[in-house]
Amino acid sequence: MSGFFNTLFFGIYPYIALSVLIVGTIIRYDREPYSWRAGSSQLLRRKQLVWGSVLFHVGVLIIFFGHLVGLLTPIVLFDFIGISHGAKQVLAVVVGGLAGLLAIVGAGMLIHRRLYDARVRAASSSMDTFIICLLGFQLLLGLGTIPVSLMHLNGEEMVKFMSWAQGIFTFNGAAANYVVGASWIFKLHLFVGLTILLIFPFTRLVHMLSAPVRYLWRPGYQVVRERNSTNSRKPAE
Amino acid sequence: MKVRAQVGMVLNLDKCIGCHTCSVTCKNVWTNREGVEYAWFNNVETKPGIGYPKDWENQKKWNGGWIRKRNGKIIPKMGAKWRILAKIFANPDLPEIDDYYEPFDYDYEHLQGAPETAKMPTARPKSAITGERIEKIEWGPNWEEILGGEFSKRSKDYNFEGIEKEIYGEFENTFMMYLPRLCEHCLNPTCVAACPSGAIYKREDDGIVLIDQEKCRGWRMCVSGCPYKKIYFNWSSGKSEKCIFCYPRIEAGEPTVCSETCVGRIRYLGVILYDADKIEEAASTEDEKDLYEKQLEVFLDPHDPKVIEQARKDGVPEDWLKAAKASPIYKMAIDWKVAFPLHPEYRTLPMVWYIPPLSPIQSAAEAGKIGWDGDLPDVRSMRIPVRYLSNLLTAGKDEPIVTALERMLAMRSYMRSKSVDGVINDTIAEKVGLTNELIEDMYKIMAIANYEDRFVIPTTHREVSEDAYDVRGSCGFSFGNGCSGGSDGTDLFGGSRKKAVETPTDIFKEMGS
Repeated sequence: MSGFFNTLFFGIYPYIALSVLIVGTIIRYDREPYSWRAGSSQLLRRKQLVWGSVLFHVGVLIIFFGHLVGLLTPIVLFDFIGISHGAKQVLAVVVGGLAGLLAIVGAGMLIHRRLYDARVRAASSSMDTFIICLLGFQLLLGLGTIPVSLMHLNGEEMVKFMSWAQGIFTFNGAAANYVVGASWIFKLHLFVGLTILLIFPFTRLVHMLSAPVRYLWRPGYQVVRERNSTNSRKPAE
Repeated sequence: MKVRAQVGMVLNLDKCIGCHTCSVTCKNVWTNREGVEYAWFNNVETKPGIGYPKDWENQKKWNGGWIRKRNGKIIPKMGAKWRILAKIFANPDLPEIDDYYEPFDYDYEHLQGAPETAKMPTARPKSAITGERIEKIEWGPNWEEILGGEFSKRSKDYNFEGIEKEIYGEFENTFMMYLPRLCEHCLNPTCVAACPSGAIYKREDDGIVLIDQEKCRGWRMCVSGCPYKKIYFNWSSGKSEKCIFCYPRIEAGEPTVCSETCVGRIRYLGVILYDADKIEEAASTEDEKDLYEKQLEVFLDPHDPKVIEQARKDGVPEDWLKAAKASPIYKMAIDWKVAFPLHPEYRTLPMVWYIPPLSPIQSAAEAGKIGWDGDLPDVRSMRIPVRYLSNLLTAGKDEPIVTALERMLAMRSYMRSKSVDGVINDTIAEKVGLTNELIEDMYKIMAIANYEDRFVIPTTHREVSEDAYDVRGSCGFSFGNGCSGGSDGTDLFGGSRKKAVETPTDIFKEMGS
């Protein structure tokens, strides 16, 4: 029976989550562009936002790219460069742990503000409140995996998750088997992570896809639109 | 030379009576929605005062507008592009809603539903954001109306720079004026430059600056970039909004709502042709006191055959060229030089200009309190200090303001002697560098101010740019999501879905339950 749930949560659920993520995001971008925004509440209350938001975003960005590179880089590449699994895990634990601390402090401030500031609360949708709480919970789980990792300093646990993630993206039907023996806290962390991907299109998180890095290369400062020019049909960021 | 046309505005402060009709009609049309209760695309401030939002003119605090670097280039005062992006998680230059005011309503329902009590029920204020009671309203729209509040607070007004302001706190020396403000639809807008998403743009046809609501991501850098603080963050939709210069009306050849409803007839709309290639050079002028004159050089003479030829090449329609020749804006800004840009030192090259107020001088002069210079009172000894006006309109350069005020006085003096004494006094016009014909024209446009003289607005030529077959049956001016779903606001993806229309049955059901 546990094999059934293992396959359901880590073999099938990832595909459901990723499908909803991709299709949902495209539909929202196409059909509901007016709802596509960062949803800042800084205007209503500056207090706790400046530190909270900066710590949270910096921490989460490091963690996000850490997971992306750490999980999806083929294992042979690390072996080729000569980085041992143990060394990679230590790097992940140190960098991820520090970034996790930044993010959790920031998330704590943001959650407190969202729940207890009357103005911010009034302007929040239930999804806004839910997603920041879920992200805070996921950060706690992530930090909670560190003690477990420290018990496996040779990196074998980490390799399991890399194999699993890469198995999912290479349509390996048996990918779920890689994580079957992992600690419950890792499994819960994976499950919540997949759930965040699932609900992503329905939350304000979509603003990350519009990160305006292109601004740095935009020539000059002024934007002038001609009627009927191709310029005005350029897709939004 | 690259010729573009813009519909500009001039406000004759000499005639503004501070009735707020412009603000109220604008609010009723554009900002009576959730999230922008606090926002006034058009507001009227009593000066001296710190204004709305509080202290908006203090760019040391808000970092709006542009600064000129040592190498002669200009960058937004907020910083270069990477610096602006670095502020994206938390923007240190963003006002809080209390800098405007916390929007409020009154609990009128209590007046109808209160039980029998010993004392009369009252309608108490409640916040339009949280719905909770506000014990004391600390600030509101136009809090400083007619010099409300202490002088010590109002005198923080930035325009007192270089003035010994203490004496103006005394009752005998006090002065005031009204300043209606809207988006300046600048030639060199900092909001556009600061928008990381590229959602804000200036229209080539008529110069109107707009925010694409579908592209805006709510990074809120435009709010800080605009030195006039005329971009507002809608806290409900999470997008920025601003004065749209009533573009649906302008396109149809009608004046903006604020202009149309102005009872003092102080507002003028007309076409200005400008050279888009000169904008950067003018905005980068070394001495900020020269910015006003440099901006004048950007404007083109609509009677010059070379300009007309180039304008045709650049796609300016024929009726726009015709309108440019009859433009009241061109007359006031360039021919008579009585109108000035608001705070040119921000380097945005604003396109809503102001005629400085005169009336206080004239009444004081008549009372024999100040010196006369021949037929004209000496404008330098008037009630509103020239320096105050020049800080507001010419970056502190007094001469252009003095000339404008003298010309307006000359117009009065000339017309008085013509209509009261029946004498044409030729010396007056000469003294202020005008001719009798110009003065008579000034009188017609500025004093009589007939509707068709105030508003010379050509229509937009949609017929050449839009295929009417494609837009038939489309949803017209809808808010936000185009025709999507037919519901307003957000639903599955963010906010609560509100029922826009209630049937009588719905209401009776509610009452019954």
